[in-house]
Amino acid sequence: MNALLKVEGLRKAYPGVVANDDVSFQVGRGEVHALLGENGAGKSTLVKMVYGLVRPDAGQMTLGGEAYAPGNPNEARQSGIAMVFQHFSLFEALSVAENVALGMENPPPMRALAARISEVSQAYGLPLDPARRVGDLSAGERQRVEIIRCLLQDPKLLIMDEPTSVLTPQEVSVLFETLRKLKAEGTSILYISHKLEEIRALCDGATILRLGKVVASCDPREKSARDLAEMMVGTELATPAPRDHELGDVALALDAVTVASGAAFGASLRDVSLEVRRGEVLGIGGVAGNGQDELLAVMSGEVTLAADRVHLHGKPIGTVGPNARRALGVLAAPEERLGHAAAPDMSLVENAALSAWVRMGMVRRGFINWGKARKYAEHVIAEFDVRTPGAGSAARSLSGGNLQKFVIGREILQKPDVLVVNQPTWGVDASAAASIRQALLDLAADGAAVVVISQDLDELMEISTRFAALNEGRLSEPRAAAGLTIDEIGLMLGGAEVAHA
Amino acid sequence: MREALIRLEKRPTPSKLWSWATPLVAVVATMIAGGLLFGALGTDPIVAIRTIFYDPLFGEFAFYYRGQLLVKAGPLILIAIGLSLGFRAGIWNIGAEGQYIMGAICGAAVGLAFYPLEIRWLIFPLVVISGALGGFLWAMIPGILRTRFNTNEILVSLLLVYVAEQILAWMALGPLRNPDGNGFPGSRNLAQYSSTSNQELIVGWGLHWGVVAALIAVIFAYVVLSRHILGLNIRLAGEAPRAARFAGVNPERLVLLCLGISGALAGLAGMFEVTGPSGQIGIDFNVGYGFTAIIVAFLGRLHPIGVMLAGLLMALTYIGGEAAQASLGLPAAAIQAFQGMLLFFLLAFDVLTNFRIRFGGRATA
Repeated sequence: MNALLKVEGLRKAYPGVVANDDVSFQVGRGEVHALLGENGAGKSTLVKMVYGLVRPDAGQMTLGGEAYAPGNPNEARQSGIAMVFQHFSLFEALSVAENVALGMENPPPMRALAARISEVSQAYGLPLDPARRVGDLSAGERQRVEIIRCLLQDPKLLIMDEPTSVLTPQEVSVLFETLRKLKAEGTSILYISHKLEEIRALCDGATILRLGKVVASCDPREKSARDLAEMMVGTELATPAPRDHELGDVALALDAVTVASGAAFGASLRDVSLEVRRGEVLGIGGVAGNGQDELLAVMSGEVTLAADRVHLHGKPIGTVGPNARRALGVLAAPEERLGHAAAPDMSLVENAALSAWVRMGMVRRGFINWGKARKYAEHVIAEFDVRTPGAGSAARSLSGGNLQKFVIGREILQKPDVLVVNQPTWGVDASAAASIRQALLDLAADGAAVVVISQDLDELMEISTRFAALNEGRLSEPRAAAGLTIDEIGLMLGGAEVAHA
Repeated sequence: MREALIRLEKRPTPSKLWSWATPLVAVVATMIAGGLLFGALGTDPIVAIRTIFYDPLFGEFAFYYRGQLLVKAGPLILIAIGLSLGFRAGIWNIGAEGQYIMGAICGAAVGLAFYPLEIRWLIFPLVVISGALGGFLWAMIPGILRTRFNTNEILVSLLLVYVAEQILAWMALGPLRNPDGNGFPGSRNLAQYSSTSNQELIVGWGLHWGVVAALIAVIFAYVVLSRHILGLNIRLAGEAPRAARFAGVNPERLVLLCLGISGALAGLAGMFEVTGPSGQIGIDFNVGYGFTAIIVAFLGRLHPIGVMLAGLLMALTYIGGEAAQASLGLPAAAIQAFQGMLLFFLLAFDVLTNFRIRFGGRATA
């Protein structure tokens, strides 16, 4: 095979962890190559080394047959490698063209650049107006800005880190068209994703990493998603199975909740009403930034309202704060793991106390019983298979998926009456995601009311009893999840059914 | 291809070793750089360092200086403990100097109102409470302005120092002026009025009630930070404000609480000073403890035990500096530069707590 990028024996160790060990693979010209692996398998470190953000401790790379050792991303770009990150680096107050210009060494005059952006965006089927302000764009459109920024460099290799995690199904198909066009022109693509079906649909080759080492390489088109997942995990995979049970009374209810957004470009909630029953999983879909954070905050008590806007078992609790709600049985796990659900520099013991002290009796007369907190942290670590050297580790030393397991486990093991989670499996590998979903289903089966806010539609379809979509702060009428087609869901997400009778 | 010779890599977990070693390394670096500075000023560096750090404790006049050590360290520690609680929570009270002055004025005014009554069991506690209250109320101004109008507490608390200094001058010249003072500015001497006098508890040690209060504050802060839910909330608010909200912390209440505690402790320090070592309200009553305490708080890693040690060290540079001025003729500014260097080196070496240094980088070539 005529390889464009060849990686041989790369190794990178951080204090206490070997992120990559003897990693070798190659990407052919015009190949879409997938990097697969669980969280903490070393995918991010690997692409960061290819992109010059991290320097390997050992090993070589060649690009187009020549030795390649980028000292920084600038050198990587000059060699023809571009990268679209999972988290965008855009200025919301600036226009599309201004944002693109900021990433260039010698930007052309603004008018010429705008023309060039329109040209490229049309050529690749990525409609985008260069004059629009980024703050007004959807996540999908923002991603287009990042992609076009890369395409203007005319890259030989495009690296994409979890590109579909923020997109609606319709936007995903637009993106895939673009990527296929690039591939046809001979551009190679290194594609990182957790969504195995997408990889099967898009990629020609795949390298699978486990614990920093390459464990397999294959043609994903010839394997089933289940095969891929099992190669990643190294064991067989359990599919979450809903248990048959009756639905109970209404546990938590929101009544015509309207919240103005605090953030300049954040969404607000408009006239949102919902009910969730004991034993039910209410799935709320929608692209991030449409009011998800606010919806969670209204239910967790981080945002308080007039008393009768929120009812728990028929009692008004709108004015009640987070800890008093916890005492009443309402728990929540926010989306942002580091900085919201957990404090990055604090240990897991301290982070266990953070949201569990009220219910788990860790505090007496204001004094914390750290022994109890440590026991509880260790309990969560054991029950949810959190991989960490110990409960004393700082939250930020955990990989994203492991921290997510800890955060979700911390709430579930408190046996809540109502649990609200936002993006429960975001960035979590297949096997861990399956076990988190199973835990949520078990919780509902035991009589809790569960609200799952997520962008992952497959996940919502798998576990929801009823499904509703959140779009620009408005919540659609919930419908029974069984029997919804992907087109109907797409329409709900697009807001077409918002104006219900 | 350019290669950086030294690179910084973020550590996955902050280094426990370095978080304790940096203050020591900073002290050593300050001694070296300070020695060079003194050398450039024409003084033998070894002699200068010895005069500052060794002689006050073990030299010929140590009997005098040792007592001074606690007298200086007391207010520094008392103020810095309060500041460190706020700094941990990301609440920046820069105006402890003003709260110190207001505590002294309130304490002195209440004490002098009873002059010449001799009821120490009643008056002295009243003076203590008034001192704390004066500092507390002065700190509430930036607190309420921040929670109500979202003003910046750094600016407001700092600017209120200058207001407090004007009030001090007015008090010394006007309402609190000693009626028997032949028209000289300054109040009656509170240290010589038996109902308010804050005398040494053990002669020659410099151990007055303010030092006792500082020790209690250290223990109190240690227990709160390590064992109490309030301490967890304070640290959460500083490290991850959103997580603090998630944990049920009311940010506005925390702002008022932290400013209130640090204001009250600074007020206490001022009150113990005016009734003891200083003795009277005068125009030049404040000598900058409130500002130096900021250095003490950071030098002590915002940790109560660290703050105590840093307070003692900083007190040593004060009295050692005085000794060096007297015996070696070093200018006062050189001593201040020396103290500034300490903070500078501390912040510089602090990088090592969260990052590790990697040399070279040709590993891949």
